[in-house]
Amino acid sequence: MPVERQLSAEDLLLEVRDLHVHFPLDEGTVKAVAGVDFDVYRNRTLCVVGESGCGKSVSAQSILQLVDRPGRIVQGQIRFHRHDADGSVTVTDLAALRSSSRALRAIRGRHIGMVFQEPNTSLSPIHTVGNQISEVIRLHLGEDEEAARRRGIEMLERVGIARPAQNYDAYTFELSGGMRQRVMIAMALVCSPALLIADEPTTALDVTTQAQIMSLLQELQADFGMGVMLITHDLGVVAEMADDVVVMYLGQVAEYGDVDRIFHAPAHPYTKALLRSIPNLDFDQDIRLDSIRGMVPDPFHRPAGCPFGPRCDEVIEGRCEAENPPAFSLGEGGSVRCLHYEEVALS
Amino acid sequence: MTARAMESDRQEAINVATQWQLMWWRFRKHRLAMTSLVIVILIYLVALLAEFLAPFTPDEFQADYTYAPPQRLHLFLETENGLRFQPWVYGYKVEIEEEALRRVFVPDEEVIHEIGFFVSGVPVTLLGFLETDRHLVGPKDPEAPMFLFGADKLGRDMLTRMIYGTRISMSIGLVGVALSLILGILLGGLSGFLGGQVDNIIQRVIEFIRSVPTIPLWMGLAAALPTDWPPLRIYFGITVILSFIGWTELARVIRGRFLALRTEDFVIAAHLDGVGQMRIILHHMVPSFLSHIIAALTLAIPNMILAETSLSFLGLGLRPPIVSWGVLLQEAQNIRTVATAPWLFSTGGAVFIAILALNFVGDGLRDAADPYAR
Amino acid sequence: MLRYVLRRFLLMIPTLFGISIIAFIIIQLPPGDYLTTVIAQLSAAGDLVEEDVIAGLKAQYGLDRPMHVQYLKWISNILLRGDFGTSFEWDVAVGDLIWSRLGLTVTLSVATLLFTWAVAFPVGIYAAVRQYSWGDYFFTGIGFVGLAIPNFLLALVLMYVAFKYFNQSVGGLFSPDFVEAPWTWARVQDMLGHLWVPMIILGTAGTAGLIRIMRANLLDELRKPYVKTARAKGLSELRLLLKYPVRVALNPFVSTIGLTLPILISGSAIVSVVLSLPTSGPLLLRALIAQDMYLAGSFILMLGVITVLGTLLSDLLLAWLDPRIRFDD
Ligand SMILES: Nc1ncnc2c1ncn2[C@@H]1O[C@H](COP(=O)(O)OP(=O)(O)OP(=O)(O)O)[C@@H](O)[C@H]1O
Ligand code: SF4
Ligand SMILES: [Mg+2]
Repeated sequence: MPVERQLSAEDLLLEVRDLHVHFPLDEGTVKAVAGVDFDVYRNRTLCVVGESGCGKSVSAQSILQLVDRPGRIVQGQIRFHRHDADGSVTVTDLAALRSSSRALRAIRGRHIGMVFQEPNTSLSPIHTVGNQISEVIRLHLGEDEEAARRRGIEMLERVGIARPAQNYDAYTFELSGGMRQRVMIAMALVCSPALLIADEPTTALDVTTQAQIMSLLQELQADFGMGVMLITHDLGVVAEMADDVVVMYLGQVAEYGDVDRIFHAPAHPYTKALLRSIPNLDFDQDIRLDSIRGMVPDPFHRPAGCPFGPRCDEVIEGRCEAENPPAFSLGEGGSVRCLHYEEVALS
Repeated sequence: MTARAMESDRQEAINVATQWQLMWWRFRKHRLAMTSLVIVILIYLVALLAEFLAPFTPDEFQADYTYAPPQRLHLFLETENGLRFQPWVYGYKVEIEEEALRRVFVPDEEVIHEIGFFVSGVPVTLLGFLETDRHLVGPKDPEAPMFLFGADKLGRDMLTRMIYGTRISMSIGLVGVALSLILGILLGGLSGFLGGQVDNIIQRVIEFIRSVPTIPLWMGLAAALPTDWPPLRIYFGITVILSFIGWTELARVIRGRFLALRTEDFVIAAHLDGVGQMRIILHHMVPSFLSHIIAALTLAIPNMILAETSLSFLGLGLRPPIVSWGVLLQEAQNIRTVATAPWLFSTGGAVFIAILALNFVGDGLRDAADPYAR
Repeated sequence: MLRYVLRRFLLMIPTLFGISIIAFIIIQLPPGDYLTTVIAQLSAAGDLVEEDVIAGLKAQYGLDRPMHVQYLKWISNILLRGDFGTSFEWDVAVGDLIWSRLGLTVTLSVATLLFTWAVAFPVGIYAAVRQYSWGDYFFTGIGFVGLAIPNFLLALVLMYVAFKYFNQSVGGLFSPDFVEAPWTWARVQDMLGHLWVPMIILGTAGTAGLIRIMRANLLDELRKPYVKTARAKGLSELRLLLKYPVRVALNPFVSTIGLTLPILISGSAIVSVVLSLPTSGPLLLRALIAQDMYLAGSFILMLGVITVLGTLLSDLLLAWLDPRIRFDD
């Protein structure tokens, strides 16, 4: 990095630069995120893929500083571009704010919305849907109970919840999993944020509901014009939804680029292996990224040199064990962390 | 027995052994629990060797020394050739307190009583078969007063009585818990293993017992024990009453473990193999949850001890001539007596230490048995 | 909700029945029956006991009938006429003796419960939010100590300290002037002035237990994803803490009433004896020792009933607080 993309700078929403997140535990420090860069633009969807434990959720949660203790951002910047109605842009480095600061709280839920993986446990079991939605509205938009209710019901209707006025007063355990995830989405979007972060929003749902939620997200993006950062395991979802793709491996971005390039001309050996692991790109097929040779190394023992080295088919003897490759530009804003592309980048 | 069955039994032995080992390793890391374990073992040793450890016997009295206060123990004696290790205490002399006009004991600095080790005193039977007249410590002159923890209203040595009380109170905890365990295993086991209607009924009974205030109930039952029963029978009567109400928590734990295990693969596999139900219970289920039961048992002992102490304190449990902590504390019931002889409280310290230590050990065992459940 | 309440009421009936059986058994336990005692007493007083007087008494108490008939007579007298029998030691109706004492027992237990909560709830929250801080260790330590001191010992020590160093007697629930006085506002105030001593003694162990329960529950809740959701909405830490995890952790806390209430009523029996409070404990003890069995049995019956009613109330409170229970039928 840094990557020059052919995108207009005024659509830039979020720039993540050299992000490092560590968990200092008794057993040692887990470097869950070890130098991650990516951008999110208005009206575009960035998909983040990678095996379980590669740091997708931690990267996403560190944007709003929601990482569980003892996790901590130790380095890097998260520059959020706030576009105001009058066209002015304010840039804030979210990583520099204190996690309980007023400035950060004003952004959470207002300018950046977040949807989590588990709709069942991500909602309070003893508060009504309405209570949980109207809370955001009143907090950020300062509306009264009555107005918040109207807006909340409207939003429930917008995310496709039947009988919204009734369900507004329902408890979450009365709803199905798909409905709960719709409620989560309504809650995240009710203040019309500029950026939506969705961390595997459909993993806990059945296939049909997954497809419904995905097309709902697409619709809403078209309506609201927001940027979306979508974390997923499912390359089918990536093909369907993504404009740009981040492929993560062991807390780093292995490859970054636009979706067509990634699918048609994957550069990193890891990306290639991922793509080989799916027989065909069918949206309905729920194929997990688990068929790559070898195991993800345990978090306390990162391999020396290229982190993918022990599992790589294209190892360059004598180099890959020694050097952790930096990101080489592939042109058109794409980048890859593999020593095979050193010359490409130089030429 | 087929070769396969033998192989599986051997495998079982290994599994069980390693499970105990794992538990022990985890327990050892819990420093408070380890210290407490040592204390608990010491307390039970005291209970076991009471005759030898106590300077006197519990009923031995020196009528001249009623309510004599504790003596200060001096470790070194000054002789012509300098300081020498020789524990000793001052004797007592009586003074009349001016205003209250009562007799008070004060140390008599003229008289020094030397204390010896392995001194001979009243003959006792140790561990039920060893006849001896030796006591670990005692005054070298058998007639000399030695009341390290003070004397009670009859001039009996509090320390001695406390040591003897340890035996009754600590053993009532063990015996009571053993009885509770039998009830708990029987009913909890049936409940968890059979499930269905049996489970339902037993659960209702447990809920019922837990919803009744236990002390009034204990009081009612204990008061019904005939006063003319011999001490040993009273002891067992009280123990039965305590465990009759105390078994529910154990039954709950046991049932929970049975329910958890019933679904586990190896039990299902044994079922499929056509192994008899009894065999399933004995060979597969019991070893795997013994550790939990031991933890629950340890935590149940202090409750038994507390219950005995409370009942005896009220005069409804054990009665003299039995010496238990509760019986001893009963003498501290009158606040005016205590105000002049606060050393009657010393037994309370023993109760406190024993219960605290048992609780810590139980906590440590529970954590060690199940590191994932908090 | 209505169905839940109804079911809960129905479940109570067998429990109450069980308690009445136990109380009846305890009445019957001592060797000889009530009548033997009365006769012994009458003859001791020098009265000649006529055959027909004995027969009359026997019929009155149904003592010549089989056990279950005696039980039915006893319980229906209580249920239909509020007649608990006669205390031969005091020679008055049991009913006249127990009500004011039961009332004070309930007052003491409820006051202790409130005290326990008022301490355990905030301290539990503190200990969970500041896990492993010095404060957390301190309260955990106090908790263990509280669990290891028997109530009556604590009462004795407190009395001793008050007597020895402040030359004050802390026993009783009323000042001498108010012991026999009718209920007035001044008497209530006087009682409140005395109530705190038994309240603290009784509450110590319970508070320790509740702090641990609250801390454990809250630690569990703090890890739940919905807390993160709330944080992602932009709520401040304090508001979020109180609205979500604390609120959710409140429910298991309320459900502990069912466990603590029997323990409180149980413990108050002993503490009251030590502090000579005019509650049920001392009179029950005296009745048991004197084998005044109708009085003792009635106390045991009513203490059980009070506990069951208290548990019922806490269950209803819980259902009102927790929609999951309310809807679960
Ligand atoms: N609370 C935590 N404590 C310690 N380590 C953590 C914690 N949360 C995450 N980690 C570490 O961070 C690494 C990345 O976790 P993360 O949840 O971001 O993975 P992920 O890519 O989202 O995986 P998944 O697909 O399973 O959600 C993990 O390997 C884990 O070791
Ligand atoms: S740098 Fe070497 S080991 Fe790493 S991906 Fe490229 S070829 Fe494979
Ligand atoms: Mg994740």
